[in-house]
Amino acid sequence: MSGSHRGNLRRLHVAVDSPVHRLDPAAELVGTVAFAVVVAGTPRHAVAVFALEAAVLVVVVVVSRIGARRVLARLAVVTPFIVFALAIPFVAHGPRTEVGGVPVSTEGLWAAWNVVARTTLGATAAIVMSATTPLPSMLEGMARLHVPRVVVAIVSSMVRYVELLAAQLARMRTAMVSRGHDPRWLWQVGPVAASVGMLFVRSYERGERVHGAMVARGFTGTLVVSDRPAVATADWVAALAPAAVSAVAVVVWVVGR
Amino acid sequence: MLVAMHAPDGFLGPGVAVVTAVISIVVIGLALRHASAELDDRQVPLAGISAAFIFAAQMFNFPVAAGTTGHLLGGALAAILLGPWVGALVVAVVVVVQALLFADGGITALGYNVLNMAIVPAFAGWALFLLWRKVMPRSSGGVVGAAGLACGMTVVLSATAFSIEWLFGATAPIPFDTVFGAMVGVHALIGIGEGLLSALVVGAVMAARPDLVAGARDLSAEEIGDRRPVGARAFAIGGVLVAIVFAVVVSQFAFDDPDGLERVAQDHGFIDRAQDHAVAGSPFADYATRGIGNAQLSLAVAGLAGVVVTLLVAYGLTTATRRVPPRWSLHTTSSS
Repeated sequence: MSGSHRGNLRRLHVAVDSPVHRLDPAAELVGTVAFAVVVAGTPRHAVAVFALEAAVLVVVVVVSRIGARRVLARLAVVTPFIVFALAIPFVAHGPRTEVGGVPVSTEGLWAAWNVVARTTLGATAAIVMSATTPLPSMLEGMARLHVPRVVVAIVSSMVRYVELLAAQLARMRTAMVSRGHDPRWLWQVGPVAASVGMLFVRSYERGERVHGAMVARGFTGTLVVSDRPAVATADWVAALAPAAVSAVAVVVWVVGR
Repeated sequence: MLVAMHAPDGFLGPGVAVVTAVISIVVIGLALRHASAELDDRQVPLAGISAAFIFAAQMFNFPVAAGTTGHLLGGALAAILLGPWVGALVVAVVVVVQALLFADGGITALGYNVLNMAIVPAFAGWALFLLWRKVMPRSSGGVVGAAGLACGMTVVLSATAFSIEWLFGATAPIPFDTVFGAMVGVHALIGIGEGLLSALVVGAVMAARPDLVAGARDLSAEEIGDRRPVGARAFAIGGVLVAIVFAVVVSQFAFDDPDGLERVAQDHGFIDRAQDHAVAGSPFADYATRGIGNAQLSLAVAGLAGVVVTLLVAYGLTTATRRVPPRWSLHTTSSS
């Protein structure tokens, strides 16, 4: 449903050089999560604060040189929620306001704004992070943030094989078509589902083979993590700056009301 | 589907986000422990590649009608293939990666997204699967039938989980019953597709490598060899049971009587307070709880009556439109 962007893990990272790219991945992860938390905690009536948060993000996007067009293209993933948000004012209860002659719920309008603003800002922050941090660095950052090693290892073996499995599925589809199937119609659902079932079998068997290869090379179940110097203070300051600025703005807005 | 799946940042209130995050972290921590006990040192490659499989399977678009496609959600399917603990872990990894890398689902929404898409489907799906296994024959066909029914119903349960979270953390003045009705209605349709697809996928795996299906480990080789499809009757009975359960249970929640609501509010003297609340920060948290608690029995009876009437109408329609088997004969066709 969410389109062809999925699985293109290689194309996530935008290989240019910028201060955002040079940030330590652990600091950037924390900074992104902190920014998303502040956005989620911004009161819905604080339009000025949302505007400031958007401005901060625009600055980060410009500094990171990943290109506004690419960010907008990846934002397409949130479209369903924007559509949902536009429906809220019509189904919500409460006092009504006229918008272009149509009575809509006032509180519903605020709720719609709330969804649009938070969804866009939160998603943009995640997009900037994945575009400026190569996957291996992100995994290393997770490990240094004390995410359990086994989780990091599972995620890293997942991202390592996603494209391979997607390509395998595409080959199975080609094979189906060459056997005379036309997987665009409902009655073709049987052979299509059979391919997915076979993909599971092949994935599991591949997992067993990979495990065998790992054991042969001396894998004992414990994972080695390379030692890296601690995150520099400058990186922490830079990565947490957007969240800090936004948090201060929220506090000022709440106190000043 | 769009609403329950991959909810963005700030979609539900901060309280719900924190509480569901704590629940999700605890359950996934337990799942990690169980998975490493079950898979031993095979855990990393097997769980990782299985997560990649779920990720890839969600990319595969199934035909619904010309031009329209849908894809597997796979939460309950993962549990049936891999067991509930490994299944929950694997789908949770997928959900987290989708949020971090693809902005598909908010980072601060991960608590409820993991709960609704990984934990609830894996454990509710597994429980329903075991229940259906008791009804179905002990055979490959029985496993496939139980998988289909369990996966389909699990989609509706995920939608219910989201609706319940909405009850505690609504961010818009839409009452619980509206959200619940819309969510369950849409997801009942999606559930039919999910159930059908999951059954076919499990059927394919049962045919090729039945030993890989965690939900069929208890079957003997002979029972696995019994691949007769479960008869239409078992499915009809299953469908009727599902309809009855939903009519009785769902009607308890889908209480839509504004007059009754107002009267309850007046009786308890909180109608003024309710208006105060409407101006406050998060006024909708308890919007619909007031609707529950009254006249459950009559609702259940009404729901049951609805099912009976619907079944009678359906029976009438099928008998009325049943094609009379034509008596093929060259002579009669040529002479008429």
